[in-house]
Amino acid sequence: MSDCPYLIIGNSAAAMGAVAGIREFDRDKPVTLIARESEHAYSRPLISYLLAGKVDEKRMHYRPADFYARNGVRALLGLEVTRIDAQARSVSTADGQTFTFKNLLIATGGRPIVPTDLPGTQARGVFTFTTWEDARNIRAYINETGVKKAVVVGGGLIGLKSVEALKTLGIETTVVELADRILSSTFDQTASNLASAFLKKAGVEVRCGTTVSAIETSDNRVTGVRLRDGSRRGADLLIFAIGVAPDTRLARDSGIAVELGILTDDAMQTSVKGIYAAGDVVQTTDLLSGAKRPIPILPNACRQGYVAGVNMTGKKLAFHGGIAMNAVDICGLPTISVGITDPGTEGYEIKSKVDAEGGTYRKIVLKDNRVVGAIFVGQIDRAGIFTGLIKDKVDVSALKDLLLGEEFGVLSLPAEYRKHVVSGQGIEV
Amino acid sequence: MKRIVAREEFCIGCRLCEVHCLVQHSKSRKIIKAFRDEREKVVPGIKVESSGHVSFALQCRHCGEAPCIEACMTGAMARDPETGVVLSDPDKCVGCWMCIMVCPVGAVARGANQQVASKCDLCIGVATPVCVANCPNEAIVLEEDDE
Repeated sequence: MSDCPYLIIGNSAAAMGAVAGIREFDRDKPVTLIARESEHAYSRPLISYLLAGKVDEKRMHYRPADFYARNGVRALLGLEVTRIDAQARSVSTADGQTFTFKNLLIATGGRPIVPTDLPGTQARGVFTFTTWEDARNIRAYINETGVKKAVVVGGGLIGLKSVEALKTLGIETTVVELADRILSSTFDQTASNLASAFLKKAGVEVRCGTTVSAIETSDNRVTGVRLRDGSRRGADLLIFAIGVAPDTRLARDSGIAVELGILTDDAMQTSVKGIYAAGDVVQTTDLLSGAKRPIPILPNACRQGYVAGVNMTGKKLAFHGGIAMNAVDICGLPTISVGITDPGTEGYEIKSKVDAEGGTYRKIVLKDNRVVGAIFVGQIDRAGIFTGLIKDKVDVSALKDLLLGEEFGVLSLPAEYRKHVVSGQGIEV
Repeated sequence: MKRIVAREEFCIGCRLCEVHCLVQHSKSRKIIKAFRDEREKVVPGIKVESSGHVSFALQCRHCGEAPCIEACMTGAMARDPETGVVLSDPDKCVGCWMCIMVCPVGAVARGANQQVASKCDLCIGVATPVCVANCPNEAIVLEEDDE
């Protein structure tokens, strides 16, 4: 039995944010961190770079090697939490230990979705791609079997980053996307088309509006897939990247309120006092639509973790919600999308400029004279100025004609707001 | 910590700050070489914006709660514990551009052949940042922050 003033389950962005939040106000009491994965805190999005050989294992670290020591964190890595007892205020681990806690943070992140009704997903050569171990296993499988052809199911961010890695390794790759276009949840049609064209030019086959209907195996090894349209693709490697769901199992089993993700208040506290949750495992408020949903992006995770950590020390800090946003470089094409990028309903004003030849696109979505969304493809410089306008709900009626200009900058902003941003204090994500 | 403040009423838009910043952060530290041979590898951490007769120079604000640090997926963007300066480690940066996505003043650029993030480092190791030292009209000044 071990008694913990601060106990954290998880070791990624939210957990690291929480350690920073706790240590901002409490330098003394020990922090205990338990994580299923055995690696030192690492950057999860870097696994595609690791697979591609663009970064080595040493560069995977999200925080310096002395992070735990410097912050008084007892890190129990490679240890799985099996149960949270909300009444007894304790956590049990797979090796039979029990930890009681005063404050607990659940930062268990998400877990990849795998189709349950498709035979063959257990065959060798079939992977998901969300952990360092996945990257290692895929790399080992490629080295061992000399993979020539791959199919990636899912044209979202994880899917396309794995496609990029496989292309870099010289593997012939097809991406299969169920929706009628890739990146359908963050891009509009024009941006998706540009990204598709770019991928095709890079030699990737892009198949939209279909999915894998059967996995072909030989000797329990994947050899190909059959698509719903009846066609077939040979594949020695198959990656499922069809989505990630909040890993709410521990919370749900312990009676903590869960909908799509764990529910929390502004202090990131769950329905049980003293138990907090942050990161991809929680459901938050979308500040633009007001909807309650998971917004599983790293800046949110880091911020929510920080807010949870501060509140765990007894100080007060609020997280009011987040805005969906992503920056991703696909095979050398830089892209940024923020907020409502494809409203599809009335009441929005769109400003856009596309150069299909040059592969650049800029789109600004307005509602009631406020910027509520933006897409940048190819040319992404200074996109954050728009993110700021979105977050701060700045009235841009006077600058609408400037929004698409190459020279749009801080000088274009209303004088009062300009003063606010250049003062730079307390600007939040 | 110290912070650079731009005074737009004094800025004449000469862009000498950009020139000095680029040279200071070049390998050669020689103006001709820097512009002739290193133009792709180094970008100034300061940017002069102008419109008509109004102009000002802007660089990283080294925000108290820096959105770029929270958004950085690799841990490359971090605050130097000694100086409080927000720095991007080019060895850790992979050029995902999350920092560009969240910087409200657009102070992070794609540097080094557009491979890694590049921004103002307040000229670490130099007594006065070169943009401040070389501004002919004191439009860029160094002030001690209240924090």
